[in-house]
Amino acid sequence: MTTITKLPDPVAGGSKPQHRGKTLLRAGRGRRLGDLRIALLFIAPAMIGFIFFYVVPTIRGVYLSFTEYNILGDPEWVGLDNYTAIAQDPLFWNSLAVTGQYVLINIALQTALALGLALLMHRVAKSTLIRGALLLPYLMSNVIAALLWFWMLDYQIGVVNQFIEWAGLPRVAFFGSEEWAIPTQALINTWRHMGYTALLIFAGLQAIPGHLYEVAKLDGASAFQTFRKITIPLLRPVLVLVLVVTVIGSFQVFDTVAVTTQGGPVNATRVIQYYIYQRAFTESDFGYGSAIAVILFLILALVAFIQMKFLKGNESDLD
Amino acid sequence: MTTTTSRAPLPAPARRRRPFNPRRAGAWALLVLAIAVSVLPFLWVLRTALSTNGSLASQSASLLPADFTFGAFLRVFGLQSPEDAIAEGGSGAAIDFWLYLRNSLIFSSITTAGAVFFSALAAYAFARLRWRGRNFVFSLFLGTMLVPPIFTALPNFLLIKNLDLLNTMLGMVLPYVFMTPFAIFFLRQFFLNMSREVEEAAMLDGAKHLRIFFQIVLPNAAAPIATLALLTFIGQWNEYFWPLLVGSQEDVRVLQVGLGVFKSQSPQGAPDWSGLMAATLVSALPVLILFAAFGKKIVNSIGFSGIK
Repeated sequence: MTTITKLPDPVAGGSKPQHRGKTLLRAGRGRRLGDLRIALLFIAPAMIGFIFFYVVPTIRGVYLSFTEYNILGDPEWVGLDNYTAIAQDPLFWNSLAVTGQYVLINIALQTALALGLALLMHRVAKSTLIRGALLLPYLMSNVIAALLWFWMLDYQIGVVNQFIEWAGLPRVAFFGSEEWAIPTQALINTWRHMGYTALLIFAGLQAIPGHLYEVAKLDGASAFQTFRKITIPLLRPVLVLVLVVTVIGSFQVFDTVAVTTQGGPVNATRVIQYYIYQRAFTESDFGYGSAIAVILFLILALVAFIQMKFLKGNESDLD
Repeated sequence: MTTTTSRAPLPAPARRRRPFNPRRAGAWALLVLAIAVSVLPFLWVLRTALSTNGSLASQSASLLPADFTFGAFLRVFGLQSPEDAIAEGGSGAAIDFWLYLRNSLIFSSITTAGAVFFSALAAYAFARLRWRGRNFVFSLFLGTMLVPPIFTALPNFLLIKNLDLLNTMLGMVLPYVFMTPFAIFFLRQFFLNMSREVEEAAMLDGAKHLRIFFQIVLPNAAAPIATLALLTFIGQWNEYFWPLLVGSQEDVRVLQVGLGVFKSQSPQGAPDWSGLMAATLVSALPVLILFAAFGKKIVNSIGFSGIK
């Protein structure tokens, strides 16, 4: 069995690889038997990360969810107590509702805007500069996006409220009012992700073979027919992937809430991940936090499964 | 003829212009609007960062900085005396973004280098080697993309705590340095689509996989690997949650966490907006520089190339 210590660094590997290659591949009894040994060597480092920082914590997380653990002592097995407590915890249900609201607003806006932008770019402008400008917000961290809008949307002297007032409308307490707090968080995230998602869809559009459009044109298809019969079916795998990725990411909103409203006003932005964070780290209730995390995990798995299953995201129509 | 010529009698146009197409113009207008929404906030941040706090309220709609000053930047880098800082609307608390900048650089560089290299190795095994259980193991790896970071963050925090690595750089980089599922996925896609011809020719010559990987695959994949490194670096640079959990102390605090702390230190009454925006710009600057230098690479990398 090869070990990670035998892993050559890129430079050494290039200089005298033949010898190493041979000793490592002695097992090669023809290609039919496969490259298992060399494959194990190649995936060894990634495997370490995979096992110790994904698999073990996943199991431990599930275990912790059945315990009471305040970090100081040892975890104490309490069976389903955390889960029954969660079922009766109004703050949990609130966090679920608030997160759902956030995901809905965010995904609907973001996907619609991104699809529109992608089609616009595909039609009139494919320049890298334009795509770069649209991508800029995505390259900024959530914290930066949050603080930037925290300032622009400030009730007193934020520039947006300045405009709103000029338009003759009453100022909006974007972060301070319960009804606006979640839409505001969703808008910040939409702002940050809109261009990125548009670029993903744009790339999907670019991948559609041009001759299909030419054929459609020759057959006298209208723009709408072309869009429905060619663009959408061939774009479907990309759209599904975009949806899966953005929905999953969206459920895990935390950063923007943590640096702006911190769950408030009242409980208006206490999204799931923020609630987990509070229970586990502020209140040192790791068992309870883990149990909510398990529930979030299950929700995400279910959502992804449904999306992949019903939208057949893993099948491409291009073949 | 365009419609404009009928209103203003101009000399005969020198060249033929495309007839005015309202749909095209509308498309452009929407695109320009989207670009403005994406980019203009950054100019507003810059304008605020160069303003004096006390004047922001009275000149809230002027496009130019309100009472131009570099004070906010001095404050962010800890170069302003507490008295001056308080006088200019800061909290007066010590804040040192140089330190956070350094920490962010170390954190992002180490995790990027490790994750990209080890992920490339694994991606090769998943794309080009034939072994039993390959697709199963790959789907397990891919499955980790589904695991919400918060879910593993709690046990990982406990692990790092048990290892006594809280508030150390090692503890911060460990979960990222061996691989990221995305990096494996990204490079596997590329390796799958690479032409097999050169590889097979080398194999006929008796070259084995390690040699093929380092001498043929890696050089051929230099472009996507550079792209991946860029994307990973930016992603790590922007990481907030994990560094917040394990690196809250000042000596390992990264910029994103520092920003949050700076915001929460806002003095009573009005926040230190210009200081906060200066800090925001400082935190964004390295990414902006990378974007200016490699923008094309980054932009062209966005897309699920070769989903099969």
